Amino acid sequence: MATETHGAEAVSTCVDSHGSAVGMPQLCGDWIGNQVFWLVITLVVIYFVLARIALPRIAAVLAERQGTITNDIAAAEDLKRKAQDAEAAYDKALADARAEAQTIAQKARDDIKADLDVALEKADAEIAAKAAESEKAIAEIRDSAMANVEVVAKDTAGAIVAALGASADDAKIASAVDAQLKG
Amino acid sequence: MATETHGAEPVAESGGLVFHPMDQFIVKPLFGHGEVGMFTITNVTLWLFLAIVAVVLMMVLGTSKRAIVPSRSQSVAELAYGFVYKMVEDVTGKDGLKYFPYIMTLFMFIVFANFLGLLPMSFTTTSHFAVTVVLALAVFLTVTILGFVKNGASFLGLFWVSSAPLALRPVLALIELISYFVRPVSHSIRLAGNVMAGHAVIKVFAGFAAIAAISPISVLAITAMYGLEVLVAFIQAYVFTILTCVYLKDALHPHH
Repeated sequence: MATETHGAEAVSTCVDSHGSAVGMPQLCGDWIGNQVFWLVITLVVIYFVLARIALPRIAAVLAERQGTITNDIAAAEDLKRKAQDAEAAYDKALADARAEAQTIAQKARDDIKADLDVALEKADAEIAAKAAESEKAIAEIRDSAMANVEVVAKDTAGAIVAALGASADDAKIASAVDAQLKG
Repeated sequence: MATETHGAEPVAESGGLVFHPMDQFIVKPLFGHGEVGMFTITNVTLWLFLAIVAVVLMMVLGTSKRAIVPSRSQSVAELAYGFVYKMVEDVTGKDGLKYFPYIMTLFMFIVFANFLGLLPMSFTTTSHFAVTVVLALAVFLTVTILGFVKNGASFLGLFWVSSAPLALRPVLALIELISYFVRPVSHSIRLAGNVMAGHAVIKVFAGFAAIAAISPISVLAITAMYGLEVLVAFIQAYVFTILTCVYLKDALHPHH
């Protein structure tokens, strides 16, 4: 093989008998037709592969992704709004509950106060009645005690007078005792 | 085997370093040793085909699941899509998006051709002017025709700088006209030149590796150069694409 090629003349004007390039292979006119022919085929094939298959597919994928992202963002926005609404509702419920609790507490306080007032009034009245009754009882007791003292004093005075041997009628003794008691 | 025996001979003859930095760019038939005709299946065919395979793998198989939450391969494909889509939108505006598939084709092809060319023993299709000139001319012709179809004669307003003083305008028009026609030249040579130069330099460093004393430095240099080439592979694809967008913008909106 080696001797065959070696023995043959240079295959083209651009390659010497050793298989090395003569000058710049880029400037070799013999190969231009071949290169251009295959290049054009290559470019056409790549163009059709890209334009018919690859690029529409990638464009579709990118558009779909963009759509998905947009939808997701919209959904997220929606959920966020819902969450905000829920929070507002919760806050409102809380405030309402607090206000109601306040009113209930106030009402309870008022009720208790009213009950207390009534009870106090009643108690006061009872106390006053009891006090009056007691005063009356005391006055009675004092009166009866006074009367008893008079009776005892008259009886005692009568007994003393009798013991001293004098006689005196009851009326005289009574008036004398009365005079003494008043004095 | 044949080529290896060939390669060994000149080394023995010159008794030292042999550099063949340009041999990697030789177009040869994939089967046999015949003439390279127009329809011959060559190494160019192979590596162009591999570029197609790479594009299909990444852009079609990678996205086959159409997942809402993308897998790794799908995000890479989406990243590439978004990268070029945004570039077209930013540079040419909304009405340029119609041409997005064409620009995406250019970008994907160049990016994969460049990166496949970085594989050891590979053939770099974008290092050939024949390839890049076709790409640049396709852009140039499309953009020029599109400019006239969309704007009619007013497309020529691109060369008539109405904001400049009247006396200067003919001069500027001449300069603008020349720069317009230089566009495809610079557009194509920039890409092929960058790729070719980097690959050739790596090959030269590799040649130095034959000397034992220098070989560590040589390996380091190859590593550094390779890193740079990885960068260049992407940046040149990006530059080619963004310039295409700029030219397209000129065609759609020729008035400054």
